[in-house]
Amino acid sequence: MDITTDTQKPTPSPAPGPTGPGDQRAARGATRPGDRIFLGLSRGSGILVLVIMAAIAAFLTYRAILAISKDEANFFTTFEWNPSGVPAEFGIAVLAFGTIVSSIIAMVIAVPIAVGIALFITHYAPRRLGGPIAYVIDLLAAVPSIVYGLWGALVLVPHLNGLYGWLDQYLGWTGILEWNGGAPRSLFTVGILLAIMILPIITNVSREVFRQVPRMHEEAALALGATRWEVIRMSVIPFGRSGVISASMLGLGRALGETMAVAMVLSPTFDISPSLLDPGGGTFAQNIASKFNEATVMGQDALIASGLVLFVITLAVNGAARMIIARRKEYSGANA
Amino acid sequence: MSHATLTPKSRSSLRGATLPKWFPWAVAGGSVLLGLGISAAAGLHSSIQWALIAAVLFVAGSYGISARVEGVRQAKDRVATSMVWVAFLMALIPLLSLIWETVKQGVKVLDGYFLSHSMGVVADSEPGGGIYHAILGTLEQVGLATLFSVPIGVLTAIYLVEYGRGRLAKAVTFFVDVMTGIPSIVAGLFVLSLWVLILDMGPSGIAGSFALCILMIPVVVRSTEEMLKLVPNELREASLALGVPKWRTILKVVLPTSIGGIVTGVMLAVARITGETAPVLLLVWGTDFINANPFQDPQESLPMYIYLQYSAGSDPAYDRAWAAALTLIAFIMILNLAARGIARWKAPKTGR
Amino acid sequence: MAKRIDVSGLNAYYSSFLAIEDISMTVEPRSVTAFIGPSGCGKSTFLRTLNRMHEVTPGGRVDGKVMLDDENLYGAGIDPVAVRREVGMVFQRPNPFPTMSVYDNVAAGLRLNGKYKKSQLDDVVEKSLRGANLWNEVKDRLNKPGSGLSGGQQQRLCIARAIAVEPNVLLMDEPCSALDPISTLAIEDLIGELKERFTIVIVTHNMQQAARVSDRTAFFNLAAVGQPGKLIEIDDTERIFSNPSVQATEDYISGRFG
Repeated sequence: MDITTDTQKPTPSPAPGPTGPGDQRAARGATRPGDRIFLGLSRGSGILVLVIMAAIAAFLTYRAILAISKDEANFFTTFEWNPSGVPAEFGIAVLAFGTIVSSIIAMVIAVPIAVGIALFITHYAPRRLGGPIAYVIDLLAAVPSIVYGLWGALVLVPHLNGLYGWLDQYLGWTGILEWNGGAPRSLFTVGILLAIMILPIITNVSREVFRQVPRMHEEAALALGATRWEVIRMSVIPFGRSGVISASMLGLGRALGETMAVAMVLSPTFDISPSLLDPGGGTFAQNIASKFNEATVMGQDALIASGLVLFVITLAVNGAARMIIARRKEYSGANA
Repeated sequence: MSHATLTPKSRSSLRGATLPKWFPWAVAGGSVLLGLGISAAAGLHSSIQWALIAAVLFVAGSYGISARVEGVRQAKDRVATSMVWVAFLMALIPLLSLIWETVKQGVKVLDGYFLSHSMGVVADSEPGGGIYHAILGTLEQVGLATLFSVPIGVLTAIYLVEYGRGRLAKAVTFFVDVMTGIPSIVAGLFVLSLWVLILDMGPSGIAGSFALCILMIPVVVRSTEEMLKLVPNELREASLALGVPKWRTILKVVLPTSIGGIVTGVMLAVARITGETAPVLLLVWGTDFINANPFQDPQESLPMYIYLQYSAGSDPAYDRAWAAALTLIAFIMILNLAARGIARWKAPKTGR
Repeated sequence: MAKRIDVSGLNAYYSSFLAIEDISMTVEPRSVTAFIGPSGCGKSTFLRTLNRMHEVTPGGRVDGKVMLDDENLYGAGIDPVAVRREVGMVFQRPNPFPTMSVYDNVAAGLRLNGKYKKSQLDDVVEKSLRGANLWNEVKDRLNKPGSGLSGGQQQRLCIARAIAVEPNVLLMDEPCSALDPISTLAIEDLIGELKERFTIVIVTHNMQQAARVSDRTAFFNLAAVGQPGKLIEIDDTERIFSNPSVQATEDYISGRFG
């Protein structure tokens, strides 16, 4: 009985021996109809995925070009969003600023803490505690962003008044941490909320990486008389570094694209404030969500153009994360 | 193991001075008290502030005392330990607060009436009303999205694992990865530009489902791929060697072996898209009335409902938002737990 | 430099499972002691109790006494980290730090213990690599990753790393089991040289190797699977292999079981 697959040509003659019922007929053909249909279906699904991606890029680009061609101002540098005006003037400078700044704040807060928790779970927590904690963090990764937004707006924001006053008092002289006393719904708050939101995912990925550190590398350090921290510094961190970087990039990708939580917490303005604690700026996703329903067709096109920029930025970030992971796979032969 | 030996015994190289086991706890307790004291003295009200002060005191205190008694290397070790603990506790506070507040605020109006009524005749500023229309909308939109995504996702994964060699498979793998990272608002924008602006259709549940599909397909592909890869090759070869055609081998041997993991992955994907708001906001719009037809006219969904109630800005509306959030979290957690349950239950058969 | 090890009444557990029971023996300084015995008899576990590595295994626990000269390793107030600096270890599979160069691997232990001048480190690295018979092979690529060396070279690099901190005792856990015969020979020669300076304990399941390299041999056995491993006898290697005093040892040596 010969087996035919899409990569193999059928072997010339059916082998003798017991044959399954109903198999005789099909053994002669180039490929069985069943195989052909099934391959077609699964390959078709794969192609459909490509088509969807291509369509996303094409449609967004098409409408974005429509919008940008009518933009009377510089799309990248203008501090204004008035696509329905005469003349239409809009630019993404403020959105880019807000998106990047809030994401950077989120990363600065979340990455060290996430790495800390990951180390806590893998190397510090009592064994009986580590499992349940990892489990809870897994579940927290599943909490939808709208709930983080609700909590952020109704619980976190009121609690931040004290911290804001403090930052203003001691660090206000820097200019970037000055506070005019308004509601703490600034990019800084957004950064804190985003940090809380991306913490579980960065923790989970880092934890997996730390767990994969070969036992023998840790024992090598231990046998040299290293303390627990030195073991981590010598064996765990070097092994896990690229994994942590790509975990952070995944978190960054989420922070950049986060919509509802930002829309609920931020009070957006369309200018850039030098202080992170005062209202100022907006993010791509938040701007789309809050402006879309009232927008004219031209306004929608303009928002789509900004969405395309966001798409490209997240693509770049995720691409970088994947490249780092792929490179790590090549190196992991070293621990064979 | 490490008992307190602060007394100067005959010191050998093996015998470093070691602080007693209760030392970290003592420093932690002292730091919290001192943090509270300083805050009270300075008139600081925010719990965030005294917690930060206590955390800094804890780390600095551990280092200072340990460096003096045990030496710098041990002190560094203790600092690392205390920072890891601080990181853990600091992260725990907001996460616990999130759960605590949602439950505390959510149970206020969550009852049978709330689950079985819509917002039809209720003004935003009044108490009353419910989420029936939102639950209905969520179930329909997510159900439709699952209906489209699962066959496409599973078949794509089968293609990648069982057939895929060469350029097409590489391209699919790459773009599935890319899709994983698409922000949900961009997925919404895409369907919107296609559906509403080009095909000139109005908002409806199904439009939202399409956007949710874009978010769900890559998750299903990834998890199914992982599960299929876990099926040992010997099993496939055993079946093929019996003369079973490849497609029947996949259907009768490979898929049944990995079905537990695939179901788990699908449920996790469902849990993920259930909480999506942004695409629904763009494509389904939301309504206060019951609309059981996902193919026409705006619908509501749970996350959408939370957002609209929050935006309404009155106390009764906030209560409703919390109750809806609690419902949503409960739904997602049940899905998650069930998915993990299935994974665990099926694990011995699929894993090695 | 080299110290005597004196073990008495030592039990080691994995959680509630008693892995080795009531072991007492003396290991003389500047000698090579080999542990032989069937798989699972606890010789590696016992070896790891000698530098308190056993307790880093989850659930690992030890009671009894291990005297290093006049200091009990399991006594109150003993710092396990300090113990491991005095009692070095070489593992079954070569495990150089994959992200470090050859040089950094050898210097790793020293760098833990404080600041050294570059010239001091250079001296120690060269001396240790020479001590491990590796210097001539790697002197031109000290800054290349340690994981780029061959298996036998990696293992000698690990030995260099262990002796760079000048321990009193060197424990070797089947150091040649992952190596080819030529590399094995190189390591065995090296063991012969190192015993001038260190107390060496080696676990091996290769009896010829035990006969070739060791002065004293200890035979471990277990009554049945699930039973704790025990020390059957320890004696001069020559006697163990020619005229052991216990029948089980003779059976094992002559290949009648195990």
